[in-house]
Amino acid sequence: MKTIYLLGVLPFLGFFVGIFFANRVEPYVLGLPFIMFWIAMWVVLTSVIMGIIYKLDPISREGDVE
Amino acid sequence: MNVVALLVIFAFLVFAIYLGIRARSGRDMDLEQWTTGGRGFGTLFVFLLMAGEIYTTFTFLGGSGWAYGNGGAALYILPYGTLAYVLSYWMLPAVWKYAKEHRCHSQSDFFVKKYNSPYLGVLTSLVAVIAMVPYLALQLKGLGIIVSTTSYGLIPSTMAMVIGLVAVTVYVIISGIHGSAWTAVVKDIMVLAVAVFLGLYLPFALYGGFQPMFEEITQEKGAEFLIFGGDYPIAWFISSVLLSALGFYMWPHTFGASFTAQSTSVFRRNAIIMPLYQLILLFVFFIGFAAVLAVPNLGEEEVDLALLTVVRETFSPWFVGLIGAAGLLTALVPGSLLLMVSATILVKNVYGVFRPSTTEAQIVRYAKYLVPVVGLAALFFTLAGGQSIVILLLLGYSLVTQLFPAMLISLLPNAMNANKYGATAGILVGVATVAYLTITENNLGTLFPWLPQGIHAIHVGIVGLILNLIVLLIVSLATRGLVERERVTTAEERVRTRATT
Repeated sequence: MKTIYLLGVLPFLGFFVGIFFANRVEPYVLGLPFIMFWIAMWVVLTSVIMGIIYKLDPISREGDVE
Repeated sequence: MNVVALLVIFAFLVFAIYLGIRARSGRDMDLEQWTTGGRGFGTLFVFLLMAGEIYTTFTFLGGSGWAYGNGGAALYILPYGTLAYVLSYWMLPAVWKYAKEHRCHSQSDFFVKKYNSPYLGVLTSLVAVIAMVPYLALQLKGLGIIVSTTSYGLIPSTMAMVIGLVAVTVYVIISGIHGSAWTAVVKDIMVLAVAVFLGLYLPFALYGGFQPMFEEITQEKGAEFLIFGGDYPIAWFISSVLLSALGFYMWPHTFGASFTAQSTSVFRRNAIIMPLYQLILLFVFFIGFAAVLAVPNLGEEEVDLALLTVVRETFSPWFVGLIGAAGLLTALVPGSLLLMVSATILVKNVYGVFRPSTTEAQIVRYAKYLVPVVGLAALFFTLAGGQSIVILLLLGYSLVTQLFPAMLISLLPNAMNANKYGATAGILVGVATVAYLTITENNLGTLFPWLPQGIHAIHVGIVGLILNLIVLLIVSLATRGLVERERVTTAEERVRTRATT
C-alpha cells in the first residue's frame, strides 16, 4: 500500500464531510448556489487528485504489466 | 408541421442502425466478438463506451426532471460517478487482469472463477438481471417520453415505448457491442452539444443569468428547495451517493465493458478524465432549474418531461426533433447494452450451468432469442409503475450493489477468508432486505423510530449492504471447516482418478 494512495480518501471527505458545512444557498459563487459550487469544485479537485496519484504512482511509469 | 420533429428523430434512428450494420460487416461474430468486441478497444473507445452507459436517459431526462421536481437533491448525481472513478483506479485493473487470465466474458464468469462455484454465478446473474429490469425500464420510459412529447401528443407514450423496444431489439440483434461503440460516439457529441447549449441558453434567455435564475427560484420556492433537506436530507445524500458509487461498476454492462480495454493503464488514465466529463451534468441541472418557473405545471409523475417540455415551449419543431434525437440515442445505446448483457448472462451463466454441453454458437443464438423476452419484461415493469426515472435507477442500484462486498473481498490479498457460502448468504440477505423494505415502503425511520432522526432517511440499499457484509463475514467464518473438507475431498478424488488411469 503506497502512501500516495491515501490521497484517494480526500474526495470522499470533500463530499461526505464537506456537505455538513456546505449545504447552503448563500454565498453564491460563479452564479451558483454555494452547495452546487462546492460539489462541482470537488469534482474538479478529484480529477486533479487522481492526476497527482497517477503521476506519482510507480505502476504508471513501469508501463503496462500484463 | 407536427411531424417535423418526429422525422428528424426517425432519421437518427435509421442512421444509428446503419452504423450498427456497418460496424458488423467484415467481422466474425463469435461470442467474444459479439459481447466484448474482441478485447481490442483503446482508451478512447473504452472511455466512450463507459461514458455511453453513464450519459443515459437517466442523466438527460431524469437528472433535469429531478432538479425540476426536487431541486438541490438532484446534486447527488454529480458526486457518485466521480467517487466511482476514484475507486475504479484500483478496482478495475485488478478485475481486468483476473478476467483476462481466466477468459471471463461476463461478471458471473468472474464470480464463478473467483469463488469456484458455478451456482454463485447463477445467483449473481439473476440478481444482476433483476436489477437491470428497472434500469431498462427507465430507458424505455425515456424513449416513450421523447417520442410522445416530440410528436406533440400524436403518438401516445405506451405506443412510443413499444416502438422504442422494437428499435432497441433490432439494433442489438444486428450489431452487438460494435454498434454500441460507434453510436456512442455520435450520441456523446450530440448530448454534449445539446446539454451545454440548453444549459447556457435557457437560464440566460429566460432569467438573464445563473444567479438571477436561482434567486428567482429561491423567492418563489424558498431557499430549502436548492439544498438537501426535507424528504432528501444529508443522510439521504451520503447513503445514496455511497450506494451508487459502490454499485457503479457492479452493473454487468459496466463490469463487462471494462473487459474491452487493451491494458490496465486505460482505467488509470480514465480515472483522471472521467470526473471532468461529469460536469456536463451541471448543464443538465441548469435545464431542469430553468424549467421550474418556465413550465411550472407538471405534476409529480411528470417531472421527467421537464426538459422536453421547456424545449418544446421555446424552440421550433426541427430543433425539438434534434434534441429528441439526442435523447433517443441516450436511451438506445445503454438500452442495447443492457439487453445484450442480460440476455447473454441468462443463457451462458444460468442456462449454461445446467446444460454444460451448450456450445458458444448456441449461446449467441439463444441470447438473441432472449433479447426481446427481457425487453418485454422491462416493458411490463415500465407500464406497471409510475415512478420517476431517478427512483427507478436507485431501486436498481440497491439490488446490484449487493454484489459489491463479495466482489471487493475476492480482490483483497487474503481473499481466502471469504468463501462461496458467505458470499451467497450475504447477497441473499442483502437482496431480501432491499426487496422487503422497498415493497413494504419502510425505511430505518419507520422500522426503528427510536434511532436518531439524522439517519432515518439512510437509503434502504445501504441498510441491505451492511447486513450483507456482516452475514458474508460470519457465514464464511462458520463454514471454514466445510470448505476445507471439500478441498481435501476434491484433492483425494483427483489422486484416486490418477491412480485408476
